[in-house]
Amino acid sequence: MSERHLIELQVNGEPHELLVEARETLVDVLRHRVGATGTHVACEHGICGACTVLIDGEPARSCLVLGVMADGHEIRTVESLADESGLNDLQEAFTACHSLQCGFCTPGMLMLAEGGIPHLEDTSREEVRELVSANLCRCTGYETIVDAVEQVAQQRRSEDPTVTEGASA
Amino acid sequence: MKPAPVSYHRASSVSDAVDLLTTLGEESKVIAGGQSLVPMMSFRLARPEHLVDITRIPGLDSIELADDELTIGALATHQAVLESPVVRHSAGHGLIARTMRHVGHLPIRTRGTVGGSIAHADGSAEWPLLAVLFGARVVAEGVAGEREVPAEELFFGLYTTCLEPDEIVTRVIFPPAKGATGFAEYGLRHGDFALAAAGVVLPSAVGATDARVVVSGAAPAPTRLPATEAAVAAGASDEALRQSVMADLDELEVDDDYQRDLVTGMVIKAVKEARTR
Ligand SMILES: Cc1cc2nc3c(=O)[nH]c(=O)nc-3n(C[C@H](O)[C@H](O)[C@H](O)COP(=O)(O)OP(=O)(O)OC[C@H]3O[C@@H](n4cnc5c(N)ncnc54)[C@H](O)[C@@H]3O)c2cc1C
Ligand code: FES
Ligand code: FES
Repeated sequence: MSERHLIELQVNGEPHELLVEARETLVDVLRHRVGATGTHVACEHGICGACTVLIDGEPARSCLVLGVMADGHEIRTVESLADESGLNDLQEAFTACHSLQCGFCTPGMLMLAEGGIPHLEDTSREEVRELVSANLCRCTGYETIVDAVEQVAQQRRSEDPTVTEGASA
Repeated sequence: MKPAPVSYHRASSVSDAVDLLTTLGEESKVIAGGQSLVPMMSFRLARPEHLVDITRIPGLDSIELADDELTIGALATHQAVLESPVVRHSAGHGLIARTMRHVGHLPIRTRGTVGGSIAHADGSAEWPLLAVLFGARVVAEGVAGEREVPAEELFFGLYTTCLEPDEIVTRVIFPPAKGATGFAEYGLRHGDFALAAAGVVLPSAVGATDARVVVSGAAPAPTRLPATEAAVAAGASDEALRQSVMADLDELEVDDDYQRDLVTGMVIKAVKEARTR
């Protein structure tokens, strides 16, 4: 039996006190202990990106982070995107552009885009393709995902043109 | 695909981490970004009994330029280096920021660290190649105190360094490149580990012999190519470069034709980039 640790996680704005095993990955903590099953898990070794969440605002593979190491940090999952007024702009764009078929990769793709857009330098299609290439999708062929992310990236950038110094040198 | 049971310890300082590693013994391992160690634990390729988390140690993630030398703290992430104005705008170090685009993808780069990549010593990883290319010094702290290891002496082979089990990489010091620089790599997809990569520093002045050419994909660890360095210093044409790389690869006993062609192609591409900058 692995030893247990008491950790505090802020998940989608809600504080949680959780008893976790040292070997438990963050995605298992989120799904099994917090009950936030929106985050999917597939390969469990960092290849597919299905488990992408935001840790302190930055996209990360939650199968490659031990829950105990996320202690004290702020996590955002796909459940944080929509609010009472409806889906957020990314979710709307995914719907409009047909960016999902089976939907398995979608929570990870949405969180990758949510956290990745602020890192884009010029929101060009090439740059968006590179961002989206982090995650695997077995259905869509990616083009429609790139369409949606590009659209939202450009929309958000036009609303808030403060560009972080990032990406291409 | 789940890590085996393990115990977890959080280090508050470098000396605390060294103490923990010493007390817990051989079966203990440092964990930083976890981007290599966690997947290895999930595959049960690594099965440490104890983890020493160094990510809460303050001050280990700094990126500083002083006297033209760039010092990168072990906990600086790949993405922090990629976006660092200090690295991007340092004439002698810009290549380091440019090369970070090739390290995995954004969600890997936001967590993976420089120290972890150096200690992990994957033969096709970008950091070990950059460290050898720049003649970097890796600073490690252990029970015996602090020491500086030249990168060229650090990497022994695949996943092997001369670091002791109680030693922690605290920072890496990069002297500036004195000439123009270039980097090229080939992988099956963007973000995959490279099948071959090359980094080049052109000579600091016409007639100088200080060109450097370092490649991965030719040996288990990043390797300098001496004949090619001489050819680059002499301003060789692509064809002359190709012949010099082939001579170096003969010396290294690389006989896989595909690998030889890839390495050659990457050297020519990196030299071209350096010459046009
Ligand atoms: C999908 C995917 C793609 C990737 N692609 C690339 C790529 O293209 N290029 C590339 O270079 N890397 C790639 N990586 C690996 C990534 O760069 C890792 O971040 C890096 O190899 C290890 O850094 P870490 O901080 O995550 O180390 P960890 O995983 O925490 O540790 C790795 C090893 O280093 C040791 N260690 C860590 N920090 C220290 C320290 N300060 N002192 C002593 N020992 C230490 C640990 O004990 C362990 O043995 C990829 C990873 C994934 C999952
Ligand atoms: S489940 Fe985490 S990357 Fe595949
Ligand atoms: S929609 Fe099925 S995997 Fe992407």
